Amino acid sequence: MEILHPGLLSTIQDLGRFGYQASGFAPTGASDFLSMKRANALVGNDPGEAVLEMMLLGITAKFHTACVIAITGADMTPKINGFAVENGVAIRITPGDVLEFSGTRGGTCCYLAVSGGFDIPLVMGSRSTGLRFAVGGFNGRKLKMGDQLKLRAPVPDLPNFQCRRLTSMPVFSKHVVLRAIAGPQDFMFSDTEIAGFFSRPYSVTNATDRMGIRLEGEPIVPKVTSDIISDGTVFGAIQVPSGGQPIILMADRQTTGGYAKIATIITADLPRAAQMTPGCTVRFMRVTIDQAQDILALEKASFEEEYRLLNATYPKSDA
Amino acid sequence: MHLTDFRILPVGDSAVSVEFGNRIDPGINAKVHTLCSLLSEKKIPGIADVIPTFCALLICYDPCVIRFGKLCEEIERITAAGLEGVSAPSRTFLISVCYGGEYGEDLPYVAEHAGLSEREVILRHCAPDYLIYMLGFLPGFSYLGGMDPTLETPRLSQPRQRIPAGSVGIGGNQTGLYPMDSPGGWRLIGRSPVRPYDPRRKEQILYRAGDKIRFVPIDEKQYLEIEAAATAGTYECPYLEGGRTQ
Repeated sequence: MEILHPGLLSTIQDLGRFGYQASGFAPTGASDFLSMKRANALVGNDPGEAVLEMMLLGITAKFHTACVIAITGADMTPKINGFAVENGVAIRITPGDVLEFSGTRGGTCCYLAVSGGFDIPLVMGSRSTGLRFAVGGFNGRKLKMGDQLKLRAPVPDLPNFQCRRLTSMPVFSKHVVLRAIAGPQDFMFSDTEIAGFFSRPYSVTNATDRMGIRLEGEPIVPKVTSDIISDGTVFGAIQVPSGGQPIILMADRQTTGGYAKIATIITADLPRAAQMTPGCTVRFMRVTIDQAQDILALEKASFEEEYRLLNATYPKSDA
Repeated sequence: MHLTDFRILPVGDSAVSVEFGNRIDPGINAKVHTLCSLLSEKKIPGIADVIPTFCALLICYDPCVIRFGKLCEEIERITAAGLEGVSAPSRTFLISVCYGGEYGEDLPYVAEHAGLSEREVILRHCAPDYLIYMLGFLPGFSYLGGMDPTLETPRLSQPRQRIPAGSVGIGGNQTGLYPMDSPGGWRLIGRSPVRPYDPRRKEQILYRAGDKIRFVPIDEKQYLEIEAAATAGTYECPYLEGGRTQ
């Protein structure tokens, strides 16, 4: 696959590089990992196979090999040889086809999966691109014009081809509710301030990338200070720096940070957090850990069911 | 060592933070590293990753394998079982540094700020064995404890765009070395030809949190020799084995 236009920020991502955070390697990985897994399901890959993630503006690329592709996530008006194609279906590609995306009309991250995966070496167990430290993915960086992405084991066709279609599509609303669990440093804020955080609207600013989403709204005031002795961070942590404007830490976050985290978004809602565009309004709804873990178990079962509808059996390797 | 007096803070639905205190202190930090190595020994199913920091251990887990309540029980069980004689092994890495000149352009400033000669700054900087409290910010970026307080120097008001890998700097009361090219605001006093991060090595990052670093002054000739070996991938950084974090 030859890149004719690289888009804005197009990187190879899988579910992330785990086991190396103690050394300071951020896990990185797909921001909307659910859309990523669904794209893989459509083309018969393992759910965790590496895909191409495109932010806000997609690529233009020419294929040199027959394969099956699927596009999920943000709506970037995909076209093949000038003709519109849909998100959420398997598409056959013949050599010479040109796939072209535009700017997003809804959502932030769009995913392109190819049957058999991209031919990208595993670095420390993952194909994800660590942009800040140039590790993994395609030469540790975002795609550039002229890059040639090889396909690992492309297949020109798949069984039950006409059935390879998602039966539900994501909705990109301008008003988003994300569920979150208070803490780990909720004790640094008064009950009134916590209650305020879980009721006020925040808007998504332009300062939004793979590292974090900066929000704007009524400042969150700590009891004394929001500085802490640096501790570890997770995807979805909502940190409160000194100005009181919260930041959601995303896939490319630093592994450690020195600001209090008032709450943490539940895993099941991270894909929707990742798809928020500047100008969106977000509110946080408080849930308990038990509720969040029940929701996650349901989400997992529901994805596995969707995968089986497309591919008959769910691969064992994805624990 | 007894791993008592900790609290478990939930961090969303897929991580917990085990906090041993709220101070930067070698004793507290040793507990973090001890629990960290205990967990890696026990191999509890569902634990995906750990991040040891100054006073807390972040444990990332898959709640579809182990739920919050069960994980807390496991942590309590592990820490309650007598831990006499158990502590994380520690190594002391000998990191060669060429101080001053083009390798450490801020050495004159640091010396003037401290009211010391450049030679005295070097002597005081390479005297202690620095504890690596934690790694963060970038892969292999070490947060070291134990710098001589007389060497404290404020950071640059305008960070440099690019600091070369191996640079040794002082920022406030902290010192450390940059594992890879990066922007940064620390005062640079020297540079090491040793590569803390080398993707060709089995252990990409030379040291772990809980290890120690000793800076060893070298001259330019030695710098170039080690640099050539490091570039060729044949340099092995010497370290002293043994000892315990506390």
